[in-house]
Amino acid sequence: MSANHAPRTTSQRAAWITTVVASTLVFIFLMAPILAIMPLSFSSGAYLTYPLPGFSLRWYQDFLNSPRWMLSLKNSMIIGVASTILSMVLGTMASLGLAQWKSKFKPLVLAVVLSPVVVPGVITAVGLYFFFAPIGLTGSYAGLILAHTALATPFVVITVSATLQSFDMNLARAAASLGASPLVAFRRVILPLILPGLASGALFAFATSFDEVVVVLFMAGPEQRTLPREMFSGIRENISPTITAAAVILTTVSVILLATMEALRRRNEKLKGNLPG
Amino acid sequence: MTAAFVAGADAPTEVPLKRRLKRAERARQFKALALVLPLLLFLLFTFLGPIAGMLWHSVDDWEVPKTLPHTVAALSDWNGKDLPDEKAFAALAGDLQAARAAGTVAIASKRLNYVINGFRTTLASTARNLKTAPEPGTAKDTLIAVNPAWGDRATWAAIKSASGPLTSFYILGALDLTRNVDGAIVAAPAEQAIYRDVFARTFTIGFGVTALCLILGFPVAYLLANLPAGRSNLLMIFVLLPFWTSLLVRTCAWIVLLQSEGVVNDGLRWLGVIDEPLRLIYNRFGVYVAMTHVLLPFMILPLYSTMKAISPAYMRAAASLGASPVTAFRRIYLPQTLPGVGAGSLLVFILAIGYYITPALVGGAADQMISYFIAFYTTETVNWGLASALGAVLLLATLLLAVVYGKLVHGQQVTGGMKN
Repeated sequence: MSANHAPRTTSQRAAWITTVVASTLVFIFLMAPILAIMPLSFSSGAYLTYPLPGFSLRWYQDFLNSPRWMLSLKNSMIIGVASTILSMVLGTMASLGLAQWKSKFKPLVLAVVLSPVVVPGVITAVGLYFFFAPIGLTGSYAGLILAHTALATPFVVITVSATLQSFDMNLARAAASLGASPLVAFRRVILPLILPGLASGALFAFATSFDEVVVVLFMAGPEQRTLPREMFSGIRENISPTITAAAVILTTVSVILLATMEALRRRNEKLKGNLPG
Repeated sequence: MTAAFVAGADAPTEVPLKRRLKRAERARQFKALALVLPLLLFLLFTFLGPIAGMLWHSVDDWEVPKTLPHTVAALSDWNGKDLPDEKAFAALAGDLQAARAAGTVAIASKRLNYVINGFRTTLASTARNLKTAPEPGTAKDTLIAVNPAWGDRATWAAIKSASGPLTSFYILGALDLTRNVDGAIVAAPAEQAIYRDVFARTFTIGFGVTALCLILGFPVAYLLANLPAGRSNLLMIFVLLPFWTSLLVRTCAWIVLLQSEGVVNDGLRWLGVIDEPLRLIYNRFGVYVAMTHVLLPFMILPLYSTMKAISPAYMRAAASLGASPVTAFRRIYLPQTLPGVGAGSLLVFILAIGYYITPALVGGAADQMISYFIAFYTTETVNWGLASALGAVLLLATLLLAVVYGKLVHGQQVTGGMKN
């Protein structure tokens, strides 16, 4: 128990215990679906119930041997990586600009840049569908990559801007005064220092695209179906254990992303702690 | 600093240097803007443009002017009280024959069918039976003979109401309103008036999910904020892992857990608590469970950061001044958590009212929220006007709430500028 919250009286202790019990129940609620679905994907039976009749990897084999699932995995990767790169370029440039730009329009521009996060997915998807259909961008990778870039860039701007806020601009000025061109100063001085922030931004961007399904639902043709889109149809039709295998694979990707993000955050905090303020 | 130094040494050079500095600053601002501009142009094409396009669809009324142009022109000076004159009938006969030749009758009839159910048949049968152009002066009698509906002023009022170029028809429809024959705004007929209920349902579910998230999230945030850093970081994984897990995975998992042959029902039956499986999914209960699960981290995280910033000294001070723990919590601690409660609740509510995937997969027909209807009219019945109008109302609600949210958390903090 915390030093700054050591319960002193009986009633305080009771309140603390209630908090602990309630929180434990909520933690169970939060973790239950993920924990319940994992063992089922290793079941040797075709029914999604416990107890498991036996252990097998047949559903993973099923997943790997299914052209439909493999195509969707490939599509998710292509669209995820491409929209991450595009949103990183646009988002990092915009963050660098926003950090130096002084104007009364800045809050408005910022609101516009961040608005894709707030607007409901269906509205974005329907708007894109109307807009992209006449110019042949529905049912194409290009259309999906552009759409996912728009949805992912706000997260890049938020993450990179937060990093730039703790970046000392005098370092860039020092580089310039020592004769570095703006590009060299960016590459040799600014970039190495904001790299962890950029990496977090990239992870956010990738996760956004990798998890997105509403826009894909409206815009993807059969050739561009992504993993979440395939899961959506799978859940609609009937949930086969192959979907649980797909779910575990998706969750593994999430865990890797989360772990990387956490490692970056820790490293950043350590760096900040060591540098004189 | 350079300016001040030079000014002191040699006054006459002050002005040009000031101007040079100003120019340098202007160049810097220009460069900064040039860095932001690509993203703005990109969003114009991939986000703002599409949204503006959707809003345009909600008021655009192009079908009838495009397919029946002469009729629209002839009706422009119609008083709307009696039947239109011979000129309008002749124009309609001409337009219909041209439209039949071009194969565009269906475009106009689809639009007009929204106004009067059955208009599709009227227009199609008239176009089909009008073999030759009526003799001059007989258009009115010919058309009424082909279909008596043309003798009804409501039929003509429908055409006039859809004459474009802009219409309030879809927006009114999204609010369960319509215009009567005389153009006055009245309540829509009961069988069409479903959207106020859908909006009410959307807000009810949004409100319920927000309340559930607050009730479940508050103790967790409190615990995490008051544990030693090591332990709270560890427990934070239980919040962040679901947060990072795909929405589809979590929705799928809830179906596996809650369906009638699912894990929960099997477990309860095994324990002997129930004989018949409980209906836990494809109803409102399932929607609340799954949506609360998905949105709970959005409540816990802002609550946590607010609580983390509350100094324990306040509670100790309250206790030392004789406040009971309950009083101290209620009067000292709780008020300080309100910014977090407000931010978390608004965030969860904003996200909840826009939800589509989760209710579509775990809800029944009576649990579908507004997003479902927007998607339905876009892809199933292809009534883009109504889809866009419903979208416009949802967008307005979302943006208003987002502005309040921005004011609450001072959204401008995000890019306060680099350290200078």
